[in-house]
Amino acid sequence: MRFLDEYRDADLALRYADAIRAATTKPWTIMEICGGQTHSIVRFGIDELLPSEIQLVHGPGCPVCVTPVRLIDQAIHIAKTPGCVLCSFGDMLRVPGSETDLLQAKAQGADVRSVYSPLDAVRIAEAEPDRTVVFFAVGFETTAPANGLAVKTAAAKGLENFSVLVAHVLVPPAMEAILGSPDNRVQGFLAAGHVCAVMGVREYEPLAAKYRVPIVISGFEPADLLQGVLMCVKQLEEGRFEVENPYSRMVQSDGNLAAKALIEEVFEVTDREWRGIGSIPASGLCLRESYRAYNASLLFDAPILANEKEQQCRAAQVLQGRLEPRDCPAFGVLCTPESPLGAPMVSSEGACAAYYRYRSLNAPRPHLPAPGGSASPLAGEGKPASADEPTPSKAVGI
Amino acid sequence: MNNFHCPFPYTATDFVQLSHGGSGRIAQRLLDAVFRPILGNPLLDLKHDSAILAIPGGRIAITTDAFVVHPWRFPGGNIGSLAVHGTVNDLAMSGARPVAISLAFVIEEGFAISALAEIAQSIRESVDRASVYVGAADTKVVERGKGDGIYISAAGVGEVVAVNPILPTSVTEGDAILLSGDVGRHGAAVMTVRDGLEVDPPIESDSAAVHEPVLAMLEAGIDIHCLRDVTRGGLATVLNEIATDGSAPIRIDEDKIPVREDVTAVCEILGLDPLYVACEGRFVAFVPADQAERALEVMRQFDVAKGAVRIGIAEGTKGRVEMKGRIGVLRILDLLSGEQLPRIC
Repeated sequence: MRFLDEYRDADLALRYADAIRAATTKPWTIMEICGGQTHSIVRFGIDELLPSEIQLVHGPGCPVCVTPVRLIDQAIHIAKTPGCVLCSFGDMLRVPGSETDLLQAKAQGADVRSVYSPLDAVRIAEAEPDRTVVFFAVGFETTAPANGLAVKTAAAKGLENFSVLVAHVLVPPAMEAILGSPDNRVQGFLAAGHVCAVMGVREYEPLAAKYRVPIVISGFEPADLLQGVLMCVKQLEEGRFEVENPYSRMVQSDGNLAAKALIEEVFEVTDREWRGIGSIPASGLCLRESYRAYNASLLFDAPILANEKEQQCRAAQVLQGRLEPRDCPAFGVLCTPESPLGAPMVSSEGACAAYYRYRSLNAPRPHLPAPGGSASPLAGEGKPASADEPTPSKAVGI
Repeated sequence: MNNFHCPFPYTATDFVQLSHGGSGRIAQRLLDAVFRPILGNPLLDLKHDSAILAIPGGRIAITTDAFVVHPWRFPGGNIGSLAVHGTVNDLAMSGARPVAISLAFVIEEGFAISALAEIAQSIRESVDRASVYVGAADTKVVERGKGDGIYISAAGVGEVVAVNPILPTSVTEGDAILLSGDVGRHGAAVMTVRDGLEVDPPIESDSAAVHEPVLAMLEAGIDIHCLRDVTRGGLATVLNEIATDGSAPIRIDEDKIPVREDVTAVCEILGLDPLYVACEGRFVAFVPADQAERALEVMRQFDVAKGAVRIGIAEGTKGRVEMKGRIGVLRILDLLSGEQLPRIC
């Protein structure tokens, strides 16, 4: 399939891996921001193609993982309220709140519906005027435009039974929080391609300059990720710290102007609590005052519940790249997808879930031979490591 | 099928009523108008409490399954054909020649009678194609809101023709692992309808009876060690079941698994992995490696298995499914914890 198979091509991936080995002379720690990227890395075993000097650490870009427990509890409370429908992206349903999760609440009679688009929730509100429909608007900049459009559409239709529980978070403030931390070890970033498709790349330039870190906009397929690592390593080795965008088939420098305008119209920047991490200034979006009538957090109570599980979970360190999921003492023992202690074990973008589901046969991480040899466990016999930088075939159009 | 018209002049109502599930005249009218003319055969026409089958001496296989698919009609079939194929396939997976099935319909009040006739017609066509009887049938009607249109519970009996036990525990190290065609199509077909995705041309379910290639392999003397139809949970789940139940080592190659481009696309859009998406006309077969090519030749003679391929070998760690991924890294292919949930971005 165009734009998919080409980027999952084994030869291309191996050529990138060879080029990375050839370019690497020192140890480097690179963080991929997005949970989708983490899953690709673990699913395809990309980390195993890299030289031992390169360590990939996993970032905070799992929207359901960072959604505060307080909001999940409020969503469950809304779902259990008679006459209410709580609509959510499916990925949110298994994420544990303090006492339960949305799927369990649903099994006990709460009206929880999984939707693919927030506009589906608007349609439900239209079709069922006697019910109060709340959409759980989680996500990074990626989902904000559609969520904003849902609010605008509901307003235009004059729907009084629709509102959104907003839990939007923003990527650059989270990156700044990681970089500004005294024990930060991240030296370069693979920025999240989908977020940048909406927001563009310019907001990353001040970060790259201030903290002297390379930021490479990356997609989600093996070739995208390996190309991103290669460009990041080259910058690190050469002492550069620029924003580079090899994912130009999806990301334009200025982003999607219409989508950005929509976000600007409906939302404003606010301080936001990140699950396990705490409050980060100006790191989220909330509805503007003019859309107050659609703000479910004002319309419903927010129960305060004690969460004992949360205290055993080290998700905060995982989400900041300080702890590999496998190094968590609870991983796979006390904490499994069936019985999670924290959100990263259940979300399809959570790093712990990725390691659990796609656990490698070579765990713990293998140390591959030094660059130049027959380093890759996959490179065919007699296939020399090439220092030539590979490029995707012309067919892929970049 | 789209041009199908309800074949009876039924003036009382167009929709199923609670009384259709009772014992009175109205209930008889539904049976006489829909089920008996369409599904009728010498066994069913006896209107007896049970059917008596003549099965040659030896071993019989029995199976049962319930069908609750929503929506009941999807591109490539409906809940009726699905119930027949599912039951026939479960029998075939034991190396049995399907003989007869029974069907119990749980119908929600208000279900369109024309839809019921469409489902019955589809059952008729499927049983005729598979050369099995509907030996027994039953209808119940539940109150509106207490069902999802229609559920079908099915059971089947078959005559075992395989000599050796076809079981996960019969898998032998070194066995070739064969797959009868592309995966994920039934799940993708249902999901596109359910989620209103407009795919042009529509993805059709692979729902089909697969007993013919299985019986042909047995006739050709292939020593089949294990069979499993790839249904709910997809290929990855089925292989894990075999690995666990038979303490078998399984190693497959992702590159060898056929997935149609449109199915891949739908799965990408919905954030799903096609290896965990259901099929309804596919099976995996474990056969001795030296018989693999012949087995594939036999399978490919049938439309339903013309895309048969070898996807792996029984080797590695017992009880575990390992997969060489697209870029060559070997990893564990595990069971999912629950249903696949679409991700956010």
